[in-house]
Amino acid sequence: MTTESLPVPASSDAGSAVRLLVISAGVSEPSSSRLLADRAAQKTVDLLADAGVAASVGVIELGPLAVDIAQGIVSGFPNERVQAAIDRLAAADAVIASTPVYKAGISGLFKSFADLLDNDLLIATPVILAATAGTARHAMVADEQLRPLFAFLRALPVPTSLFAAPEDWGSSELGRRIERAATELALLLRNGIGRSIAESAWSGYQHQFSGNATRAERSAADVDFDTDLMRLAAGGGIRTMGG
Amino acid sequence: MQFGIFTVGDIAPDPTTGYTQSEAERISNIVRVAERADEVGLDVFAIGEHHNPPFVPSSPTTLLAHIAALTKQITLSTSITLITTNDPVKIAEDYAMLQHVAKGRLDLMVGRGNTVPVYPWFGRDIRQGVALALENYNLLHRLWREDVVDWEGMFRTPLQGFTSTPRPLDDVPPFVWHGSIRTPEIAEQAAFYGNGYFANHILAPNFHFKPLVEFYRDRFEHYGHGTRDQAIVGLGGQSFIARRSQDALKTFRPYFENYPVFRGSSLDDYLARTPLTVGSPQEVIDKVLTFQEGFGDYQRQLFALDGLALPVELALEQVELLGTEVVPVLRKEMAARRAPGVPDAPTHATLVAAKYGDAEPRQPRPNPNRGDNLSGTSPYQDSAPEFQARFPSAA
Repeated sequence: MTTESLPVPASSDAGSAVRLLVISAGVSEPSSSRLLADRAAQKTVDLLADAGVAASVGVIELGPLAVDIAQGIVSGFPNERVQAAIDRLAAADAVIASTPVYKAGISGLFKSFADLLDNDLLIATPVILAATAGTARHAMVADEQLRPLFAFLRALPVPTSLFAAPEDWGSSELGRRIERAATELALLLRNGIGRSIAESAWSGYQHQFSGNATRAERSAADVDFDTDLMRLAAGGGIRTMGG
Repeated sequence: MQFGIFTVGDIAPDPTTGYTQSEAERISNIVRVAERADEVGLDVFAIGEHHNPPFVPSSPTTLLAHIAALTKQITLSTSITLITTNDPVKIAEDYAMLQHVAKGRLDLMVGRGNTVPVYPWFGRDIRQGVALALENYNLLHRLWREDVVDWEGMFRTPLQGFTSTPRPLDDVPPFVWHGSIRTPEIAEQAAFYGNGYFANHILAPNFHFKPLVEFYRDRFEHYGHGTRDQAIVGLGGQSFIARRSQDALKTFRPYFENYPVFRGSSLDDYLARTPLTVGSPQEVIDKVLTFQEGFGDYQRQLFALDGLALPVELALEQVELLGTEVVPVLRKEMAARRAPGVPDAPTHATLVAAKYGDAEPRQPRPNPNRGDNLSGTSPYQDSAPEFQARFPSAA
């Protein structure tokens, strides 16, 4: 398969490197979840570099934020450390999300962090989904649990999810799957399809005023006043309202 | 600039003693707190409507009418009145009556309420909450300004030839604030009518509400009510005051750490990240001055300080410290920093003066009962002839 003919996305024209962000919920040191994500990130960077696209990789380790994330859940708002992680996520061009499997499911830490995100934070953001487990019996967790979660967030998970059980670390098959997922992610980034979706269809999604998403409405200049509710707010009638 | 307190009338076990106030005790304690607020010269006492335990204020107008009879100068208000699950007709009637018996010492804050089951209990759907709030206020606004209302909407049975009684005191409706913490449509409605906008300014990071306040200011100017700096903004806030900072922290910490909303949260995070202030009068003063700096000159500052299971003696002491040590300094400091031309929040007196100047206010006198308990097609002796009721004759 050749990828050389694809156009370079607009963000590269502007001179800014594509920002990949790894989110890892692995807690051991070294963590296999982090290792899997790092390999996918490195492969994506290499493929982008081959195509002349500069990319940078950032990492958010959720383990050190565990108490902060839990407090964000109960207080209803993230503290400064979690907010900094959310800001980095909002600014990412692509995400590599990696979690260990506990009790036949994704890490509660990962899910708790996701629970703190605005619903529109990752709209059409390309994502590689990755999970690691102690046994191959959990092989579907990435597709059965991470994929619906990112579907809810209306992100753009690549077709190939990554999963690694202990034996996979001795198999060249894992390397090939990583390359496939990285190729998919690199192509999405180079085509700029996620960016195009967000730019053209943004108003069709539900948003939170002054939220964390990079495109969130923050002032009167951003707000669409041509809606049923805004007309009602300005004393208008309700005849046209659905429901 | 107005300063006052707002409460939701919550009850919780005192973590230092295990004692839980009865509803009877809490209600009479709320009255004591309001009376003390009046005595120490605070400007506003506001109570928030709730319809489930452990909150007592299901009937704010009854409670506020009683407080009105016991107080001299304080303005009574709500934090908030549920504009979604109450019938706007009943709000119009109840608050107009309260405005009369309080001799004009009344305004109110309308809001949606976020307790999910309350909506179905009152036959409403929370998913329609914003539309309910907007439509109901549109009707309330007319009921207080038009002698005879014909109206049809999505949520309430239509009205033909309806007159809300009593007409507002001096035919000047109570000033309305719209409370909202996330919804630009609510801020838009406040701006459209030239009403006040209030951000509860608790349980969220510092300046979290600034974009909504700025949005309201821009739209207030857009609708021609004045410049954006003249928009009528209110903020909440939460504080616990003691003469010495370390005493405030020591006394307050168990109440914070055991209160359901805060369980598992870190007080230090809250102090660093949110408008909550626990400390000396000077620390509270310094914090509130940052509000003025961040949000611009505003008109009303309310403090939440009687909740979280505080025993009434502590709550009364809080009111005392706020009224005698914090607010007098803030009045001076904030006035000194205030830009010229920024108005005060409207009161009944200023609204009457704005409407009538030196003339006598209108005092509606009903036409007589024509025999079917209705006063005919024109409800008042001076009702404008073009606004006549059209309803079926009982004859």
